[in-house]
Amino acid sequence: MTTTPGGLLLVLAVLAPIVGMLIAFTLGGRNAQRIASVTIVIGLGIAIAIAAAWAQTGATVVYLLGGWSPPLGIALRADGLSVVMMLAVAVVILGIGVYARADFATPAGVPEARAPFVFWTLLLAIWGALNLVFVSGDLFTLYVALELLTFAAVPLVSLDGRAETLRAALRYVLYALLGSMFYLLGVVLVYGAYGTLDIGLLAARVHAEPATLAAAAFMTVGLLAKTALFPLHLWLPPAHAGAPPAASAVLSGLVIKGSWFLAVRLWFDVLPGVVTLASAQLLGVLGAAAILAGNVVALRQARLKLLVAYSTVAQIGYLFLMFPLAFDAGAAALERGGALAGGTLQAISHASAKAAMFMAAGLIYRAVGHDRIAELAGVGRALPLSVLTFALAGLALMGLPPSGAYAAKKLLLDAAEASGQWWWASVMDVGGLLTAAYVVLVLVHALRPATEPREARAHVSHRAQIAALALALCSLLLGFAALGPAPLDAMPKPSLDFGALASALLVLLGGAVLAAGLGLRLPPLPSRGVLTAPLAPVRRATVAVGATFVRVDAALRQWPVAGLALIVAAIGFGAALLA
Amino acid sequence: MIAAVNAGIALLLLGLAIWTIAARDTFAAIVGFVAYGLLLALAWVALRGVDVALTEAAIGGGLTGVLLIRAAAKLRATEAASNAERPALPTRLAAAIMAGGVTAALALVVLRTAGPAPTLAPEVAANIGATGVANPITAVLLAFRAMDTLLEAIVLLFALIGVWSLAPDHLWGGRPGARYRADPDGILAYLARLLPPLGIIVGFYIFWIGADLPGGKFQGATILAAMWLLAMMAGLADAPPVSRRWLRAALVAGPAAFIAVGAAGVGIAGAFLGYPEGLAKALIIVIEVALLPSLVLTLGLIMAGAPERTAA
Repeated sequence: MTTTPGGLLLVLAVLAPIVGMLIAFTLGGRNAQRIASVTIVIGLGIAIAIAAAWAQTGATVVYLLGGWSPPLGIALRADGLSVVMMLAVAVVILGIGVYARADFATPAGVPEARAPFVFWTLLLAIWGALNLVFVSGDLFTLYVALELLTFAAVPLVSLDGRAETLRAALRYVLYALLGSMFYLLGVVLVYGAYGTLDIGLLAARVHAEPATLAAAAFMTVGLLAKTALFPLHLWLPPAHAGAPPAASAVLSGLVIKGSWFLAVRLWFDVLPGVVTLASAQLLGVLGAAAILAGNVVALRQARLKLLVAYSTVAQIGYLFLMFPLAFDAGAAALERGGALAGGTLQAISHASAKAAMFMAAGLIYRAVGHDRIAELAGVGRALPLSVLTFALAGLALMGLPPSGAYAAKKLLLDAAEASGQWWWASVMDVGGLLTAAYVVLVLVHALRPATEPREARAHVSHRAQIAALALALCSLLLGFAALGPAPLDAMPKPSLDFGALASALLVLLGGAVLAAGLGLRLPPLPSRGVLTAPLAPVRRATVAVGATFVRVDAALRQWPVAGLALIVAAIGFGAALLA
Repeated sequence: MIAAVNAGIALLLLGLAIWTIAARDTFAAIVGFVAYGLLLALAWVALRGVDVALTEAAIGGGLTGVLLIRAAAKLRATEAASNAERPALPTRLAAAIMAGGVTAALALVVLRTAGPAPTLAPEVAANIGATGVANPITAVLLAFRAMDTLLEAIVLLFALIGVWSLAPDHLWGGRPGARYRADPDGILAYLARLLPPLGIIVGFYIFWIGADLPGGKFQGATILAAMWLLAMMAGLADAPPVSRRWLRAALVAGPAAFIAVGAAGVGIAGAFLGYPEGLAKALIIVIEVALLPSLVLTLGLIMAGAPERTAA
């Protein structure tokens, strides 16, 4: 193995944000923001350059650090997956960077303020850590990357300093560290068994023996805890809903993709022949449970930011549906193919859509002074751009054409059909309907005319609104990327025929029906009594179902239960890997 | 005889681990944890991992212990409330049984692995000549896997930003922690005058021999930071305000120098973090010398806590 042309760019992708962070840390104050802005532009350039270097040959870009080749040294590698993720993250960071200028400007009269200083330095820190996750070819360096990511992400949760958010941050760091320890334990077992931690070398050496299976189970569960896959999600809702909107966008859109990406690396590149059908199905089952529970509980939220956070709990589920779909039963191994492409597309599509959604929710909160969904009447008139952003991001999350999630869903559905696993296809359809339900619910509330004229309570930055809208459009129009050059050439071409349009309308209609059944507080309808009286018992029943989901979710998010869930998951994956 | 000592250490370790988990009083649990860390260091010595032993004693036992004691002191008021939150017996039983089962399974996996574990030690020995250092751990940390070490130094800065982020807004930029006022004739002030000269010599010694013998910058920096903290707690020294430009520069100087040497490697050795023939040891020492003060400051300030007083 040798360094390839463009390899040095991988070092730059990791170090440019980190050097930017070091300079911002030293100069502080308003300079921190200026340096972050410059670094974002440079980092985006580096990501594009890496994509160009990769596209030239289509071969993995490699860099041997210090000139030492593995197993003694560490190699950085960027394949198509890494390239796509780095590009997506750079674009989302750019959007968040523009958006956050209004929220995290250092106030006049002080040389430096706490929240802006912490936000701008840690934004760059998170970016460097994520890029390291994407390009590292060594399981221990990946552990370091996970630690960098966690320590950079946690302080963003409690940026506003309220006791409630400090509690959320503490939950996050404790559970994430448990996840790290599980991962590290697996790394130790792998080194003990094979004498190397290099992904390429390991792929050739690993075989299904007890140490490997134990390592696989621990590492997988550790990464699931850090990604907050249901039922290991106790920390996510309070952390993502309590952070300031720009920070929520980083946490929900980007940070959880780091540990998810590492799980993908582990399963597809290190252990493709070791994982079993049962373990892949188990990941899928957890994903399906996440989709169902996350979406239903989202529908039962009174506050917009918590709704969006629970939407993330559900969307994380989609990211794990590709594992069973990529499992080739004939070869008894995971295959890189349409399912992996679909899952990756889902990840980047969610990154931009969810960032945009949190940003829109933040703008609404800022303008109205609260985010109680039932009291959003009149917001559509006061903040049309932000409500539009929320709607477009919602369409993108539902997977309507031409969004990236639509293409992703199509790839996953094709894989489901090819492998005869129809049940995952129905999970995706139900998930799409439920997503439509809460988006419709929020929009119906926001678009109702206000009873009294609504005055915006605080000024909302125009630039921030545009940044959020741009990210939502990125996600919604991602499907068109298939028309461009690689690296997304596996994507289906977008088509806007009648059938697609009709099914999109059906999804929205179905969503509206579900919202009427499960939604927490419905807007008053003029003809309510006449139309809905016969349906009242149905509504009571569906509400009871929704309430059950909320109770189960609350029980699962208790520390003792979540701790037990971690051990049970480890045992479960151990057993599934033996099967 | 040796086997009996080892078995004794292993049993004591297990006992202390269980004590740490079972103890209801926070301070008692911390005492158990610190003792566990020190005993674990002994276990590493028995396994001839002296570098790991030093790190475990300094960071696992010492530094973490100090952090925990300070945290427990701040949480005194909530101790009763958190003790009341004890999970129900069935939950605890289920946790004990499952965690015990997983531990037993792991032990089985490790014990059943046949033959000596594969290792990179021969490869390190074959290539250590190119690095000029004699301690293989240093060769791994600063040559073969220098990137990990660079990033570990940087993660400490992230942690420091995290600690600082807990400051109240109006005290941002101020001095960390409470102002300690110890009796100038008391035992703490006496220790704080007596120990630092010795600790500083030991700290620098452990740092300096790291190139050739067990030791190195992290362990040395921890001892030096502990001496600083001791002087702070005795009221003989005060932590600087976190807004000071010199302080920020000193904190990033180490990682920045590391990155600069790494970048120079692109020109003079053909790879980032590469060292040219003959210059390797000199460059490694440059990195270590540059990292030491930054690490001492970072570790000391992490322990000192978030800004709690104005800069004046």
